[in-house]
Amino acid sequence: MAKATFEVPVLSQYPDVPAVTPGTMAGSAPFLSKPEFQAPLGFPGELVENWQERAIEKMGELLTRYRSLRVYMDACVKCGACTDKCHYFLGTKDPKNMPVGRQDLMRKVYRRYFTLAGRLFPNLVGAQDLTREVLDEWYSYFHQCSQCRRCSVFCPYGIDTAEISMAAREIMDCIGVGQKYCNEIIAKVYRVGNNLGLPGPALVDTLEGLEEDVFDETGVRVRYPIDEVGAEILMVTPSADFFAEPHVDGLIGYGKVFHEAGVSWTFSSYASEAANFGMFIGSYENMHRLSQRIREEAIRLKVKRIVFGECGHAWRVGYSFLNTLAGPWDFLDPRYPVPQHICEFTHDLILQGRLKFDKTQNDDKVLTFHDSCNVARASRMGDTPGGQFEIPRAIIRATCNHFYDMDEETIRDRTFCCGGGGGLLTDDLIELRVKGAKPRMEALNNVMQEKGVTHMAAICAICKSQFTKVLPFYGMEMDQIVSLHQLVSNAIVLTPGADDGDEDDDDDGATDSALTPGDEDDDAAD
Amino acid sequence: MPFLTGLYAFLFYFAALVLVSGLTYKVVQYSRTPAPLRIPTTPAPTTSSGVVLRMTREVVLFESLFRANKWTWIFGWLFHFGLFLVTLRHLRYFLNPVPAVIEFIQPFGIYAGFAMVVGLVGLWARRFLVDRVRYISSPGDHLMLALLLLIAASGLLMSFLLHTDIVSVKTFFLGLYHFDLRPLPADPVLLLHIALVAVLMIIFPYSKLLHAPGLFFSPTRNQVDDSRERRLVAPWASRFERP
Ligand code: SF4
Ligand code: SF4
Repeated sequence: MAKATFEVPVLSQYPDVPAVTPGTMAGSAPFLSKPEFQAPLGFPGELVENWQERAIEKMGELLTRYRSLRVYMDACVKCGACTDKCHYFLGTKDPKNMPVGRQDLMRKVYRRYFTLAGRLFPNLVGAQDLTREVLDEWYSYFHQCSQCRRCSVFCPYGIDTAEISMAAREIMDCIGVGQKYCNEIIAKVYRVGNNLGLPGPALVDTLEGLEEDVFDETGVRVRYPIDEVGAEILMVTPSADFFAEPHVDGLIGYGKVFHEAGVSWTFSSYASEAANFGMFIGSYENMHRLSQRIREEAIRLKVKRIVFGECGHAWRVGYSFLNTLAGPWDFLDPRYPVPQHICEFTHDLILQGRLKFDKTQNDDKVLTFHDSCNVARASRMGDTPGGQFEIPRAIIRATCNHFYDMDEETIRDRTFCCGGGGGLLTDDLIELRVKGAKPRMEALNNVMQEKGVTHMAAICAICKSQFTKVLPFYGMEMDQIVSLHQLVSNAIVLTPGADDGDEDDDDDGATDSALTPGDEDDDAAD
Repeated sequence: MPFLTGLYAFLFYFAALVLVSGLTYKVVQYSRTPAPLRIPTTPAPTTSSGVVLRMTREVVLFESLFRANKWTWIFGWLFHFGLFLVTLRHLRYFLNPVPAVIEFIQPFGIYAGFAMVVGLVGLWARRFLVDRVRYISSPGDHLMLALLLLIAASGLLMSFLLHTDIVSVKTFFLGLYHFDLRPLPADPVLLLHIALVAVLMIIFPYSKLLHAPGLFFSPTRNQVDDSRERRLVAPWASRFERP
């Protein structure tokens, strides 16, 4: 079990709602963004002189920009329906992590400056001046929201705390109080092209290495192209896919699927990042600038289609906002939606019977599936509502023999966040991340006990990174989390290309390649 | 007596003015505020008729609340449904002639008053008994419940124990339409009842009662899931468009 300087929650079999324990997470706050990460995003480097005035002004501006914020500030009746729905409250017991508790941090300021009742009778309606203490509270608790929207499912008015957290973060950024992790990453995308700061040549190297690995393992030349002008598909994926485990196994799977589909495709070294952290900080402008990179590359590489890899919030931005932020996309092939998700792509091929799988290759695993929040509650796949739940499960069933869902209350649109979304995937917030993962860990643990589940598949880079880190705190193994396309990659039966045989002759590993994939399959089946 | 009548006439003119102008202001404000990005909570309908159905289920059945918490749903729904029937029943004091539906609803409307009380008491009890709900309740939330409960209780009192002269009451309200002030019975329970209703009307546009119009404007509920097919650009965001 990983070492922790805090108390790791004990998993229980039945969901229990903790008693409200104020202040347990008051001390949790991420590192402040330094001026050099603030400037490229268009924010002041540090807390500005007249910050209070500027913050109120910004809030007023956002209230006229976003209907969601305006309505959500007014509509809450304090019914309490959302109070036990946030994984951070369930894991930390801190009432300011109840969605309504979190919203109220902003609502009390809204009431004070923007409503008659709050101006006249502040105490009666819980209105409060924007003081330094309130600002500090905002910084702590609006960075304890993973913007997972679980609360919005249950609120009778659809109040979405994610929208409020985003607005709060934008206000704080505009007065110079930014969060390091998000802003540093966005600055890195502007400078280098992706979250991890991997330069073009490193990507080329990595992909060449992968081609060799896949060839050695399968005897089939699967291509992992980058910056190829004229390819049909531009593949945009979270940069974690390029090298980290288990992400890269998913990326290997994408290549194999494209290989079997027989389409030309390419990554881009300039648009080498699907993630769009502009959303986490609520900044339309930064979200727009990040999205534009994909458009520029689609034009430069003359592609006809855009496909997104496994990343939850990237898919939300892609599915819901890309058309608005970087469209219109009339220069692409109109027969395909823009963008498409890799799961939609793979699933279509499965439906057409164009992929062959040997499911026994995944027989060492008993699987469950983690619905990622941004996919589940903020986007769709396919053309019917709920396709985002069915399509990934259909792919798992096509590639694996053993699959069990977790408890109904914890999946699909009621799914529990991994605990690391929304720009919180940083070591300075590890206590929050571990505690916030508790509800998901409980559901996983139950299905492990009851069904013998060994692995959990996910289609989000943040989920995968978060679980890799957090599972050991709960006494589980970090490699229990796998990419969905890793399962595809394991089971897919590749068709050798025309020149695969020739290359074998002058290859050192001739003995390896004498073992055709067919033989291997037979062995495994025996 | 004329003083009381005058006072109440003024109170109701004022309350009606505040309610109508305040609500209009809010509705116009909500509808003029852009919703620049599609943010429906999915799975969401992909057509407008689907959205109408989703909203209808929210308004009539409180679908999300039902999924969230059964106790809150039972009490909340009892209260609102009771209030709905009671309001319909009261239309007979404001309409002449009284439509047949309203006639028909009268007996149900009376018992709906009890449903209201049960709902309100249940909701209020939760504010004391459930620690999470206690934590988020402000004095305003308790006052609101007290106000509604007093209105309901005084109404029931008049229906069952201390009957008032409802013919005069109706004459008073119908008279208000033509600025023709007719005497209001100086019945304390009645005066309390309608004064509190006027207070409710006055605070409506400034309080959490805005959840009523707010629901219809909630983007997570009223948006169609069609973002890959339809492009939206909010007026303020058009400056980010390429030249
Ligand atoms: S969006 Fe998610 S993390 Fe944020 S308050 Fe709601 S449930 Fe909690
Ligand atoms: S469920 Fe909605 S209305 Fe009820 S307390 Fe939570 S945010 Fe407020």
